[in-house]
Amino acid sequence: MLDIKNLHVDLEEEDKSILKGVDLHVDAGRVHAIMGPNGSGKSTLSYVLAGRDGYTVTQGSVSLRGDDLLSLEPEERAAKGLFLAFQYPVEIPGVGNMTFLRTAVNAQRKARGDSEMSATDFLRMTREKAKQLQIDADMLKRPLNVGFSGGEKKRNEILQMVILEPRLCILDETDSGLDVDAMKLVAEGVNALRDDGRGFLVITHYQRLLDHIKPDVVHIMVDGRIAKSGTSELALEVERNGYADILAETAL
Amino acid sequence: MTVLEQPQVKEGVDQETVDAVREIGTYKHGWETDIETEYAPKGLTADIVRLISEKNNEPEWMTDWRLQAYERWLQVNEPSWAMVNYPQIDFQDQYYYARPKSMENKPKSLDEVDPKLLATYEKLGIPLKEQMLLAGVETDETSAVENRKVAVDAVFDSVSVGTTFQAELKKAGVIFCSFSEAVQEHPDLVQKYLGSVVPMSDNYYATLNSAVFSDGSFVYVPENVRCPMELSTYFRINAENTGQFERTLIIAAKGAYVSYLEGCTAPQRDTSQLHAAVVEIVAEEDAEVKYSTVQNWYPGDENGIGGIFNFVTKRADCRGDRAKVMWTQVETGSAVTWKYPSCILRGNEAQGEFYSIAITNNYQQADTGTKMVHLGRNTRSRIVSKGISAGQAQNTYRGLVSMHPRAQSSRNYTQCDSLLIGDKCGAHTVPYIEVKNNSSRVEHEATTSKVDEDQLFYCRARGMDEEEAVALVVNGFCKDVLQELPMEFAMEAQQLVAISLEGSVG
Repeated sequence: MLDIKNLHVDLEEEDKSILKGVDLHVDAGRVHAIMGPNGSGKSTLSYVLAGRDGYTVTQGSVSLRGDDLLSLEPEERAAKGLFLAFQYPVEIPGVGNMTFLRTAVNAQRKARGDSEMSATDFLRMTREKAKQLQIDADMLKRPLNVGFSGGEKKRNEILQMVILEPRLCILDETDSGLDVDAMKLVAEGVNALRDDGRGFLVITHYQRLLDHIKPDVVHIMVDGRIAKSGTSELALEVERNGYADILAETAL
Repeated sequence: MTVLEQPQVKEGVDQETVDAVREIGTYKHGWETDIETEYAPKGLTADIVRLISEKNNEPEWMTDWRLQAYERWLQVNEPSWAMVNYPQIDFQDQYYYARPKSMENKPKSLDEVDPKLLATYEKLGIPLKEQMLLAGVETDETSAVENRKVAVDAVFDSVSVGTTFQAELKKAGVIFCSFSEAVQEHPDLVQKYLGSVVPMSDNYYATLNSAVFSDGSFVYVPENVRCPMELSTYFRINAENTGQFERTLIIAAKGAYVSYLEGCTAPQRDTSQLHAAVVEIVAEEDAEVKYSTVQNWYPGDENGIGGIFNFVTKRADCRGDRAKVMWTQVETGSAVTWKYPSCILRGNEAQGEFYSIAITNNYQQADTGTKMVHLGRNTRSRIVSKGISAGQAQNTYRGLVSMHPRAQSSRNYTQCDSLLIGDKCGAHTVPYIEVKNNSSRVEHEATTSKVDEDQLFYCRARGMDEEEAVALVVNGFCKDVLQELPMEFAMEAQQLVAISLEGSVG
């Protein structure tokens, strides 16, 4: 599904290397977690995959289901099934949450050559899925992310994901700022989407999210590279001992 | 047979697709109606003024009023204080009167109107049949299909083609007709109110309009009548090298209420055309008038060639106590806009509101705003202006808030927000504030911002292309004003916002 080969990325403005040869392969139906200390390049990886400006790919390639991802515009990547749940969802004043969602759904359908979803169908679907994430009608009406609490923002990201039904879901520290109950809701949302045709890349600092979303593979990212990969045991190890052991290993 | 029919269907579908594609990214109403037109001779003289008056079969007092205005016009100079640049207008090198030949003998009803004219309005999406307007309005929450009636006065170049729902309105006591008809049928009302809000000497373009206006709309809502439907006028310029000078007069008697909409479009041409209108509103005691405009004159091409010069004077006089007037405008068209819909708050506790969205793209220029003149006690005014500039455009908000000595305990709140797209355009805010008593309060807030990259990326990461993303963010920016528009206009305005900004990014 997702194939990242030897990816090197510089920060455009500062001429600074962030990713220094990332290799990662995610198969459909699998959940990969990426952990790692601050500044190791986890968020950069998610932004580069989504197509944000400000980064220069100096080496390497990324393909998503056979397409050269790096040559596509952000919206084309979205239409091909890539979804990034933002660490810091953006506020758009004056644009209703529901309006935003419907515009996104229809934009993707249009890009894929499907007809627009009728307003009634959309409304029914959204209400139902919002309910599962305990998002009420008021939150669907409010301007996108404006005045949302941290937890509301994150749940709203998951709502978008559930509605857009992407092929590859990237969650960038979706657990940060969530209390236990909200985290459970988010995890349930994610787990409900798990199926054979869909891959996940879950970026997190903490093992506790992985109690709820069981990963198939855990990667530890250090200084712009995948330093170590393993089973969910690896996440537990990090939880117990921190990154010190791994850092020591990679230093060798 | 079926084999033969199938390609036909397909062809039809294809044509639709082709048309749809053609419409994307261009001014939608830039086509022209091929119709035989009569012109008055080019240029402006006292004889032309007399000719226009004669064409409208006007009484002497009306002709004299026009001639007086013409004499005045000869003595005044074009204003130059606005932040707009345009080549000198040659007032002798254009036509002041153009009428479709088929309108020579005024049709008695819409059934008699030239089908070509009717087809023009149909193509513009303006209902000239007396039917319920089916407005498929989708709100955030639900998809509501609402049946509403809207009466339309259709003005084509210099003449009114017809007015719908007149009989039904008459039952309610409301007069809604073309200006030329009002001069014939209701001369006392016209004589009483014409020029009483915008005097013929008001300003250069108002004076010009007073001399040569050819038609327009007239509304009279009698005491304590709530007008049973929305009224609207749709202005279409079709003839080349011709100015359109219409005049609208709206009178809301004591306790009356009316909501009036105005729309306008013109064909796409390389030469600029002049549009100089005057709108006068009189609101008596406890009367309320809502006036909404979606101005979509041809804006010129991406290099600034062609487009309408839109020099308009609009003013409301809240004569009675507690009279209320609300202006809402969405200005997306015209090469140059010079327009300040204003309120004279004469009555005590009178209220004036002004909500404006002005979008300029490519080489468009807009200098627009309002004047709130507080004369009565406890008067209130509220101004919300959203200016959006893209391309090389210049967008100026210019507004006056004036608290006169007698306007004790009055209040104004002004909010001016500007949004810039790209780095070659400009936004300017020029507020004039005069307070001549010490019990009144004036608040002014202004912001200028650029379209936020993070917002655009977020939208694009969800699948919208850059233009869709900009349109969505800008529509959000304009929300405060859009929600003041009547529903069917709000939808149109939202789409216009998107169309007007096409090509502004990337």
